[in-house]
Amino acid sequence: MELKPQETTSTGPELNKNTVEKGMSPHRIALKRFMKNKLAVASVVILLIIIIAVLCAPLFTDHNPTKSNLTMIERSPSAEHPLGNDSSGRDNLARLLYGGRISLIVGFSAMVFTLVIGVTLGSIAGYYGGKVDAIIMRATDLMLMLPFLVLCLTVVAILEKVTVGILVMIIAFTSWPNLTRIIRGTFLTLREQEFILGAKAIGVSDIRIIFKHFIPNAIGPIVVNATLMMATYIIVESALSFIGFGIPQPTPSWGNMISEAQSIRILRNSPEAWIPPGLAILMTVLCINFIGDGLRDAFDPKSNRR
Amino acid sequence: MSVIEKELKIETKNDFIVEAKNLKKYFPIKGGVLKRTVGHVKAVDDITLSIIRGETLGVVGESGSGKSTLGRVILRLMEPTEGQILFENEDISRLSNRQLRPFRKDMQIVFQDPFASLNPKMNVQELIEEPLLVQTSLNKNERREKAISLLEKVGLRPDSRLKYPHEFSGGQRQRISIARALALNPKFIICDEPVSALDVSIQAQVLNLMADLQDEFNLTYLFIAHDLSVVKHISDRVAVMYLGRIAEIAPKKNLYETPLHPYTEALLSAVPSTDVLNKREKIILKGDLPSPSNPPSGCAFRTRCPKAHERCALERPELINVSEGHYVACHLYEQ
Repeated sequence: MELKPQETTSTGPELNKNTVEKGMSPHRIALKRFMKNKLAVASVVILLIIIIAVLCAPLFTDHNPTKSNLTMIERSPSAEHPLGNDSSGRDNLARLLYGGRISLIVGFSAMVFTLVIGVTLGSIAGYYGGKVDAIIMRATDLMLMLPFLVLCLTVVAILEKVTVGILVMIIAFTSWPNLTRIIRGTFLTLREQEFILGAKAIGVSDIRIIFKHFIPNAIGPIVVNATLMMATYIIVESALSFIGFGIPQPTPSWGNMISEAQSIRILRNSPEAWIPPGLAILMTVLCINFIGDGLRDAFDPKSNRR
Repeated sequence: MSVIEKELKIETKNDFIVEAKNLKKYFPIKGGVLKRTVGHVKAVDDITLSIIRGETLGVVGESGSGKSTLGRVILRLMEPTEGQILFENEDISRLSNRQLRPFRKDMQIVFQDPFASLNPKMNVQELIEEPLLVQTSLNKNERREKAISLLEKVGLRPDSRLKYPHEFSGGQRQRISIARALALNPKFIICDEPVSALDVSIQAQVLNLMADLQDEFNLTYLFIAHDLSVVKHISDRVAVMYLGRIAEIAPKKNLYETPLHPYTEALLSAVPSTDVLNKREKIILKGDLPSPSNPPSGCAFRTRCPKAHERCALERPELINVSEGHYVACHLYEQ
């Protein structure tokens, strides 16, 4: 599919003198390389299925994921409730689907926020160097020193009520330093490249140099790290919810569904309550990681271990 | 002050496009836990030179002699430590980036490595249009027209304008760099070893192209190279650099026929000759280039100079005028 238009245009000049040959941009080459990675492509398909299922939750279930029904507490699966009901009598299937929305939204938006903070600070530090760089780097050192979990628990304890937005902020605020360092490092290597000097010689503004010359050439590490970060954040959200410091009940998330299994009775007698959300987390994170690896190989063929 | 500055006053009738006065670029060496400056690499050490409008001034020197740094400092791609840079009689050495922008139109640079000097994520058209986009108010169509005509000028097929740098050979990429440098109709171009990364056959093509473009657009070149035959081919005047200083500067003919500085003599004797009957004796220099962070006292070349005497260790030789336009920094030629 990718090659066809190229083949026709490369024979073009003989047929028609006005034909302009289309080149293959490095990003399209990376995409082509990614498409050859079967594991990564399969992961994209599975992840898409999960996302569609989660987005179209109302098509699969009529139940309200937050509505308790005291007559249905811990019921076994039935035709009406394929995955049974939880300890508050809520439908597990509905919670699995709607909870997926929360887990994915937390992972995705925390990734976007981290990206915004990390890319901005990393670009500034790497581009300007000197004092600005020193200040930003000391700030990242400071943030890296803080134990993530303790910080989360403290903030949650202070705020008492955690919403999705607050959880996203906490995650993004505590995890930007790693990305900042990666972006800064990439910028530092790019800064010595002659094409950056060339852009300066033309009189290109700092902003344009950052957006047109640095970021497109740093897109590989940015995309790869963003993808892997998202997987981490989904796990972080689950972990926090599992110990009760994440998304509070009755809002469903995969993490707080698993926390049901803290009760030995449910762990032993109703695997249908905790295996599906566990599997959902496993599949999502695994797929995202495979996609991340695929992207890394696609952007940087030298890292290919095969 | 220095002899050359007195000379400059006499020669002011010459139309200089670029002048460097006592230009210095020292890179600090940081050491210790506190990152204190423990020394300096004197990449460009008190260079005074003028470039006449329309000429090609070749700069030669071994690697580490500071010739690339000189080019970059003149273009203000690096901040000078000391000294002045005059472009068309205006001092640009202290201007801010914003104030420099209008000057950037008139001075451009072509780099050595054609694989590093083009942004790999932009296609040829974007690359050539970028200077126009940043510096002029041409609209999209006008920019495309200009890019196409520039590609034709440098001998590339306009059909391939949507290709990316990695799809071209080294020589073609260097042509793209030249087209990009020409886009703003500059008056002065610094060529930082533009052909040393290319095959010999391609070198000649690119050099001839640059010579043709110089005639057509009335360009002034500062041509940096380590290859004496390349410099001989393209230059009007040649400056020889050693350890951040100018050892000798002269019109091409004088320099190649009657080299004065012992370093120039040694360099020229190393050029392979095709003349079997008239073989020159090769002067083999002893030792390596001394470290620019700790240059020898007095004349920097004295440690390797076959003609060195005591005075060379004590006094640093100034550039002196020995004949019409021929300057040399060597105690042997002082009266």
